[in-house]
Amino acid sequence: MSGTKPRTLFDKIWDSHVVETMPDGTCILYIDRHLVHEVTSPQAFEGLRLAGRKVRRPDATIAVADHNIPTTDRRAGIKEDESRIQVETLERNVAEFGVPYIPILDERQGIVHIIGPELGASLPGMTIVCGDSHTSTHGAMGALAFGIGTSEVEHVLATQSLLQKPAKNMLVQVDGKLGFGVTAKDLVLAIIGQIGTAGGNGHVIEYAGEAVRALDMAGRMTVCNMSIEAGARAGLVAPDETTFEYIKGRLYAPKGGAFEQAAAYWRTMPTDPGAFYDKVVTLNAAGIAPMVTWGTTPEAVVPITGVVPDPAAVEDEGRRSQMQRMLDYMALKAGQRLQDLPIDVVFIGSCTNGRIEDIRAAAAVARGRKVADGVQALVVPGSGLVKLQAEEEGLDQILLEAGFEWREAGCSMCLGMNPDKLTAGQRCASTSNRNFEGRQGPGGRTHLLSPAMAAAAAVTGRLTDVRELV
Amino acid sequence: MEKFITLTAIAAPLPLANVDTDKIIPARFLKTIKRSGLGVHLFDAMRYDGDGSERADFVLNRAPYRNAQILIAHENFGCGSSREHAPWALLDFGIRCIIAPDFADIFHNNALKNGILPIRLPRAVCDALIEDAKLGGNARLTVDLARQVVVRPNGEEIGFDIDPFRKHCLLNGLDDIGQTLQRESAIDAHEAGRRMAQPWLPAITGV
Repeated sequence: MSGTKPRTLFDKIWDSHVVETMPDGTCILYIDRHLVHEVTSPQAFEGLRLAGRKVRRPDATIAVADHNIPTTDRRAGIKEDESRIQVETLERNVAEFGVPYIPILDERQGIVHIIGPELGASLPGMTIVCGDSHTSTHGAMGALAFGIGTSEVEHVLATQSLLQKPAKNMLVQVDGKLGFGVTAKDLVLAIIGQIGTAGGNGHVIEYAGEAVRALDMAGRMTVCNMSIEAGARAGLVAPDETTFEYIKGRLYAPKGGAFEQAAAYWRTMPTDPGAFYDKVVTLNAAGIAPMVTWGTTPEAVVPITGVVPDPAAVEDEGRRSQMQRMLDYMALKAGQRLQDLPIDVVFIGSCTNGRIEDIRAAAAVARGRKVADGVQALVVPGSGLVKLQAEEEGLDQILLEAGFEWREAGCSMCLGMNPDKLTAGQRCASTSNRNFEGRQGPGGRTHLLSPAMAAAAAVTGRLTDVRELV
Repeated sequence: MEKFITLTAIAAPLPLANVDTDKIIPARFLKTIKRSGLGVHLFDAMRYDGDGSERADFVLNRAPYRNAQILIAHENFGCGSSREHAPWALLDFGIRCIIAPDFADIFHNNALKNGILPIRLPRAVCDALIEDAKLGGNARLTVDLARQVVVRPNGEEIGFDIDPFRKHCLLNGLDDIGQTLQRESAIDAHEAGRRMAQPWLPAITGV
């Protein structure tokens, strides 16, 4: 249409959800979907109770417990008192406020960011929030999805809206094709390595280009999931036929004529030609190798074929001392090869890499091999449905025969809030999203990498270039 | 939320970049169902040894800085998770203002909603303020929100920007929910319009 300003995917979703704009530009933004978990919601429900307020739209809300949940047999309940109280508090709150809740023993229970798309509750064009920074995951559906704090959780429960100012638009264009053995995880680690952990602050990142189009939905979710590690509250991939095929037939997805009506709308959402981005970053997919982090921030990442960088080569004193601090914490030396570094623990799972495709990738490497002596290797499906699917495909047997542990769904060792933790000094090859000091347990040392790379590390006992095994 | 008008206080220097939310408060302390009492776990790994004793080399364990109400740090403060336990822990310790070159977006929001003022100033200015802060109890900083200035011990005033709506909320101690609910009829109208235009949007039932 002539005279209409070309808009980005983000602009379109934003515009269609603005209830009102205040004189200073702050907007009341309508929220379509609110996901709730046990860690960031107790104080929000308490706030509602104290003010005598209700949940405005229980039918737009889903609650599930994931962070505190043990991943071993959970029929016996949660042993740890504080964890149990937090989950019981959620159960009391959802009953009192009438919020739909997926119980712990339900087969659909899982990590909140796995189950939203899986159940068809996260759809293109929606605004989706959750008191968890990895809500950016749902952006893979072509939804504006971002993490919020507990005060905002309470605000959404009470008003089904948020007070927000629009973010800036950032385009990450990935041309070309990913090479053999290189996955979505390697792609997003390479992106974070290029733009830095604060590179996306104030922005929503739209991922585009041939390599992004070629990703399946699981891969797109992995990429969007880690947008927050680049500082961007939300990541986006424009919905396309891959998206629609994924949505079709899921529990809450529109059916029949309603699906066609929805898809017709979703097809209008991709960014218009000529739309403006405040920042544009381009990468060539063919140049990306399997990646592994060496430090305690996700931007501290190199190809598996690389070496630990030298702080002495960095001019800025603050950065230099930060690098040295990271090397000390990680017990690494400048110039050291990442390949062949011995590891103690392998963690395959999390909202970043806990989907069926991730478990297939791990099983493909594990098949016919054995976990190295002295290595503990955990595979934790992202949801009960992922677990069932994997068991139907026999992946659990392949992994168990190789010596991996096959667990129940949950956040597990991603964040050290449940019994799955590193002990001080343990070195872990992890498919999770954060390598911060103490993230997986006090004193634990985390190397972030893809599920295939994690499985390769498990069977060799050291960080390994998976391309040498497959 | 407590009002923020002016603050004259000891500032603690924390010249680190990427102070992430796991550093501010590790996940194992997020199991509380309350907002209060988290100050004791603030900066747990940097503040305490494995046996729980205080590390003498950490700034907030040293005499004047135990009473610090201002924190001065480097780039990307508060990166990582959305946990509001991070500002709750800071507030419970007594911190009302954080000065840094920039902040992670979610932390920045969370701080403002708890009466903590995050101030963005260029790195060089932060470094100058860190030098002031190193003088301890003899060199208090003043933060005047109404005038949007930080006053150094030598009297020099440094201006800062803040979103006018957020400034208004801080000066008056206003929470968001009550304000938004005054616009409930607009939310009703928007919601009704959405149901008409996008009837496929699924309601969650039957769980």
